[in-house]
Amino acid sequence: MSLNNSDPVTVRFAGVEMDGIYINRSGENAIVKLSSGYNICVPTSLCSAKEQTVPAEKPRVLPIKQDPALPLLSIISTGGTIASTVDYRTGAVSSRFTAEDILRSIPELAGIARYHTLQPFQVLSENMNPAMWQELAGTIHDEILHGSEGIIITHGTDTMLYSAAAVSFMLDTPVPVVFVGAQRSADRPSSDNAMNAICSAKAAVSQMGEVVVCMHANESDTTCALHRATRVRKNHTSRRDAFQSIGRGPVGEVSYPDGTVVPAKDAVLRGTKELRLANNLEPSCGLLQYYPGMDPAVFDAFKGYKGLVIAGTGLGHVGTDCISRIAGLTASGTTIIMTSQCQAGSVCDRVYETGRDLLDAGVIEGGSMLPEVALVKLMWVLGNATRKEDIRRLIRTNLKGELEYDLWRYA
Amino acid sequence: MDYEAVGLKAGLEIHQQLNTKEKLFCHSPTVIRDSAEHTGEVSRYLRVAVSEMGDVDRAAKEELMNQRLFTYYTYDTTGLVEIDEEPPAPLNPDALDIVLTIAKMFEMTPLPEIHTMRKMIVDGSATSGFQRTALVALNGAIEHACRVETVAVEEEACQRVEDTIFSVDRLGIPLIEITTSPCMKTPEEVHDIAQYIGMTLRSTGRVKRGIGTIRQDVNVSIRDGARVEIKGVQELDLIAEVVRREVQRQLSLLAIRDELQARNALVNGEVYDVTSVFARTQSQVLKKARVILGTVLHGFNGLVGLEIQPDRRLGSEMSDYAKKCGVGGLFHTDELPAYGVTEEEVHVLKETLGAGPEDAVVIVASTEQKCRCAMQMIIRRAKMAFEGVPEETRKMLEGGSTAYMRPLPGAARMYPETDILPVPVTKEYWESIAAPELLTVKAERFVAEYGLDPGMARQMAFSEELPLFERAVSEGIRPVFAARTILASLKELSRAGISSDALSDDAIIAVMKTVEAGNAAKEAVLDILTACAKGMSVSDAVSRVAPAFSREELQDLVHGIVNDRVEFIRTRGKAALGPVMGVIMKEVRGRIDGKVVSEVLDEELGRII
Repeated sequence: MSLNNSDPVTVRFAGVEMDGIYINRSGENAIVKLSSGYNICVPTSLCSAKEQTVPAEKPRVLPIKQDPALPLLSIISTGGTIASTVDYRTGAVSSRFTAEDILRSIPELAGIARYHTLQPFQVLSENMNPAMWQELAGTIHDEILHGSEGIIITHGTDTMLYSAAAVSFMLDTPVPVVFVGAQRSADRPSSDNAMNAICSAKAAVSQMGEVVVCMHANESDTTCALHRATRVRKNHTSRRDAFQSIGRGPVGEVSYPDGTVVPAKDAVLRGTKELRLANNLEPSCGLLQYYPGMDPAVFDAFKGYKGLVIAGTGLGHVGTDCISRIAGLTASGTTIIMTSQCQAGSVCDRVYETGRDLLDAGVIEGGSMLPEVALVKLMWVLGNATRKEDIRRLIRTNLKGELEYDLWRYA
Repeated sequence: MDYEAVGLKAGLEIHQQLNTKEKLFCHSPTVIRDSAEHTGEVSRYLRVAVSEMGDVDRAAKEELMNQRLFTYYTYDTTGLVEIDEEPPAPLNPDALDIVLTIAKMFEMTPLPEIHTMRKMIVDGSATSGFQRTALVALNGAIEHACRVETVAVEEEACQRVEDTIFSVDRLGIPLIEITTSPCMKTPEEVHDIAQYIGMTLRSTGRVKRGIGTIRQDVNVSIRDGARVEIKGVQELDLIAEVVRREVQRQLSLLAIRDELQARNALVNGEVYDVTSVFARTQSQVLKKARVILGTVLHGFNGLVGLEIQPDRRLGSEMSDYAKKCGVGGLFHTDELPAYGVTEEEVHVLKETLGAGPEDAVVIVASTEQKCRCAMQMIIRRAKMAFEGVPEETRKMLEGGSTAYMRPLPGAARMYPETDILPVPVTKEYWESIAAPELLTVKAERFVAEYGLDPGMARQMAFSEELPLFERAVSEGIRPVFAARTILASLKELSRAGISSDALSDDAIIAVMKTVEAGNAAKEAVLDILTACAKGMSVSDAVSRVAPAFSREELQDLVHGIVNDRVEFIRTRGKAALGPVMGVIMKEVRGRIDGKVVSEVLDEELGRII
């Protein structure tokens, strides 16, 4: 007997007969939703199909109402928790909603703006890659070119900071570009998805004018923080306020539910920059976290790479026995940036001998750049410059707020 | 009342906290805290989530008509799972073991796999907006003709501190939910079955005890009435009264329905702004309001104010519905003039709305938006009066009457908890579970085997100190002495303000053994225990409070006392025994058994008389 999802069934179990709806198989057993709403798991042989009297009613789809008087925003959906739902195939949460589904489930958005919704791809954020960042930057560029007054990108939180930083380097934007996600799944009444999305729309119509990440500022539903894309990190696996600005405060705040947006004093405002896209990337770049006792041969794995970011210890160190391998890499044309695995602060390779040896080996100090941001920046720099001195200078230039100042001025 | 004649059908849903160390889906301890001790707070909104079938639960929808910001108190004993900041831990195996044990006691059939669901509750009492729950076993037997339909394991919700403030210490404590069939036909039967189930649960020795650790929900319907679920009856003694009053309420609502039909009553749903009628009112409530709206319920005169159960009227029902919109309540003409509203105002009100003597007028006062919402709810409830009894979830009020909470939830409130993997229950595991002896059976055994009198046997079996008693007996202490010591002495101690928590079971057993060995008198038990509770070791307590008194020492003492009173004893004869015994006991109480004293004294007196 073959049963399909949603088939009405009768279950005979424990001496009682129960009506339910067949959900799926679990090995030898069937999962059935009883009329009480409980799912139970019983041997499949105890389930029999019932005559389907009325065809199952499809959920009613409400049309999306758009107010032509409101500013036009683009929602670019890439997947992730903000738009996820239950998948019966795996029983787990997966991304299945489109951007339009988001509008349906968060009707407050309709009072803030009109929306053009796009879905260039639909992936869990751990499956993003540089080619997708390029496509994303191109899509945003085209949306702005066609009159969008603000961009919202829904994104899984795991790698959101990489995508946001990448877009930041590839795109000069006159309008706010807001990355938003959710830490708690959209299928729970307590999800942070709705508040984050509403705050992101408020930010997208605001005076902000740079690439930001919009997420809960704390564990309460009172404020969203707008983090500069090149200075943000996911600092907790599950909390709503996982995203924090590193080495500085947020560039803006959105209070909830009133939606007031307050930019920081040094926030880049709307209209400051002209629209420009430079979305070449060099994907042959790596990121390596040094640990005590690391086999120097690990560095050999990066032979042939165009670029490598090292997350070194403290002020930016690796074991002395690694230095000759690093020198070998730079000699064969790999650009190497030193960053720190510390939570915050700048590297300085002039204090200790190891540091000086690293500089002699051709390593470029990355200042206070976060290792992940340095990686993305390195891809962008290598994709847009070829001469050694240009590369070095660009790495040491504050392009999008990833550094406090241009490092080359002082060295 | 002939309950059979009205077709009473009642069922129970019993929720009992399980006494596990950790919560059901996280590793926090299952301790209840004083809300004043909270160490942090978070505030959250909840939204209605669509079920996996694409529906929105009607109860959830109604609960969220007003978006409210809920505040949650956190403690140094609570973690991230309680505030929904972290995925849950796997199902606590101890909790499942207790639930399976109880399922075995009811001779149920376990499900081969336990699938955890999310039951949506958006009244703020769960930070996530749902309560995790899983069916564990089906179809069991209770005495009489009743069945247990299901047992489930689920999470306890937050405790409400006040209004929209909740405390998360209780959230996540494991509960067993026992659902019976609608098999009870009288209020007394509901009481008896609830009592029996409660006793069965306590027989495991693994459930929490004390106020608030067990709650009964009662489902009640009568013929032509409707199923109504009454939540949270905490006292067993009230449960029959709740059922009686619900039957009364349903009968009254049916009578109102018949009367409305006889009167050709009508609710046309037209709403009028009557703010100007009360422009110069002295009523405090109306004076404050920005807008006052009214509607005419044609043919309802006298029925809105009719009492349907003690302190509850049809008007109270309408008021409960209106309150969902955030208004404080309503006024209706059956209760007016009152609350500062004058007869003149009522007259003008009725006149303005064209209401006749057969009609009732209901008004609400608040902001325009809240009033409009409240009026729709009132009209909805008024229309339901033509149907008789609406299906509802209700909450118990003091005394046993009830108030409307929300519609009965539907299947749409349940959706799978995807963060928890299914837990298999193997045949071997199920077979390895032993059903513990029922407390009632235990009490009978204590009488037959140990010679306890039936009252004491029952008291001991149902006492929280039962494990201590059973250990004492197994360690060779005479059962009657053990029961007396445990029941009487510990009660005395708590009366004296000494917590029995300060006394370890080891200490109590050691004291009993000392007495049994003849090294301290029974009479000294209370004093020794008191000293132990204050921190003294058992041996110190015995030697300080009641240094043992040998028979030889006693003989010397008695000899001296008797010699001093020879005249008195000769005059009084046998009657002197009492007073002299009193003098001796003053000296030796607690240091030697009174029986020995009386023996020695008897010998000594025999010498003189």
